Amino acid sequence: MLSVRHLARPGLEPLSFDLAAGECVALRGPSGAGKSLLLRALADLDPSTGEVLLDGRERHQMAACAWRRLVGYVPAEPGWWSDRLAEHFLDWAGQAGPARRLMIPDSTAERPVRQLSTGERQRLALLRAMERGPKVLLLDEPTGPLDEEATAAVEAMLREKQGNGLAILWVTHDRRQAERIADRRFYIDRGRLREEVLA
Amino acid sequence: MSEFIRLTPLDLGLAALLLLGVAVLSLLLQLRIEAKLLVAALRCTLQLALIGLVLTKLFELLSPWWTGLAALAMILFAGREIMARQEGGLQRLWAYGIGTTSMLLAASLVTVFALTTQVQPQPWYDPRYALPLLGMILGNILTGISLGLQRLTEGARQQRAGIEAQLCLGATRRSAMLPITRQALTTALMPIINSLAATGLVSLPGMMTGQILAGVDPIEAVKYQLLIMFLIAGGTTLGAVIAVFAGVYRLTDTRDRLRLDRLAER
Repeated sequence: MLSVRHLARPGLEPLSFDLAAGECVALRGPSGAGKSLLLRALADLDPSTGEVLLDGRERHQMAACAWRRLVGYVPAEPGWWSDRLAEHFLDWAGQAGPARRLMIPDSTAERPVRQLSTGERQRLALLRAMERGPKVLLLDEPTGPLDEEATAAVEAMLREKQGNGLAILWVTHDRRQAERIADRRFYIDRGRLREEVLA
Repeated sequence: MSEFIRLTPLDLGLAALLLLGVAVLSLLLQLRIEAKLLVAALRCTLQLALIGLVLTKLFELLSPWWTGLAALAMILFAGREIMARQEGGLQRLWAYGIGTTSMLLAASLVTVFALTTQVQPQPWYDPRYALPLLGMILGNILTGISLGLQRLTEGARQQRAGIEAQLCLGATRRSAMLPITRQALTTALMPIINSLAATGLVSLPGMMTGQILAGVDPIEAVKYQLLIMFLIAGGTTLGAVIAVFAGVYRLTDTRDRLRLDRLAER
């Protein structure tokens, strides 16, 4: 589904890989190795060279905003442009069910965004990205600030979405999480990407 | 204008004595402002004397070309001023280009509009009216544009995460930049809105006072002042909108990316 051909940018050597529908690939690597650079380049947030195709369609053949609706990116520290949570969602009321599943209290919407905990904001950013119905999700440490229980809830929800065809590129530091969630595992170091061979 | 009182060099000398007096005070109190003050006063004297001579010559010539050239020189100097006031903002040449172009458009439009339809001197480009009008309008547009661009670039740095979050969710660059566009324009227009509100209560505007000192009826002077204020408000808004939108487009690209790499190093 997502095909990456010779994608390169400063800090990232040309790399190619494919991501199939419903597949989850874990991406690990030391800090500063280029994980976030790769995700940002895939979301077309920074200039890069090479080709990225979704279902055979090159991204430059569509408007950048259309591309980003299909290829959602949730950074490790998601940004917020308003203090009112509901303004970040198309339909916050419709998110009540998924929010409860991710153990976000109902009262959250009444609190200013800046008062929410890092973990709450992380899960809300994930919900916000999923609400747009992307075909691919690029996740940068989506469970980094979460406890075990919340992590399990996030993993379960994403697994379900995968069942519906969502493809995920998931950056994690946690080797055991990578083993748990991923069909394949990538490792990146000093801007060079390689696939880990699973034993 | 029979009541017009001419100043003699002696009068100016007496006023300058005041500056010498405070300079001595600064020396006595070891405040170290005397040198700066005197240099600035000297600069001011030279610049004003020069502009007095230039204006006299221009008034005599009454030429559209020389008047236009003087106007252009004023705008180019103002553009330099905008560039100098950007700290960690757009790269210098871009700041100069955007600042000068938007000032040229806004100031010339507003000035020509006022000269041809309201003030209507004969001929319409009479430098006695054109240059002072342009000067007042230009000074205010300059402030508006440099405040607006500065706020825009600061906002882009500070609110980068929020802007990129919007872009990630499929917003266009226009809509993702809209909050900081609004902030930049509010900042740009703050001085003129404040002065519209405070004029007459807190401050008596310089031009109006000048006309009154020159013997014009207060009501006539008020009319001129109102005209000028409206022109300034319109021109500043126009100039700031052009400059801020140009800035928004410079800070983003056609793939709807935020391009902070196009800002000058701090």
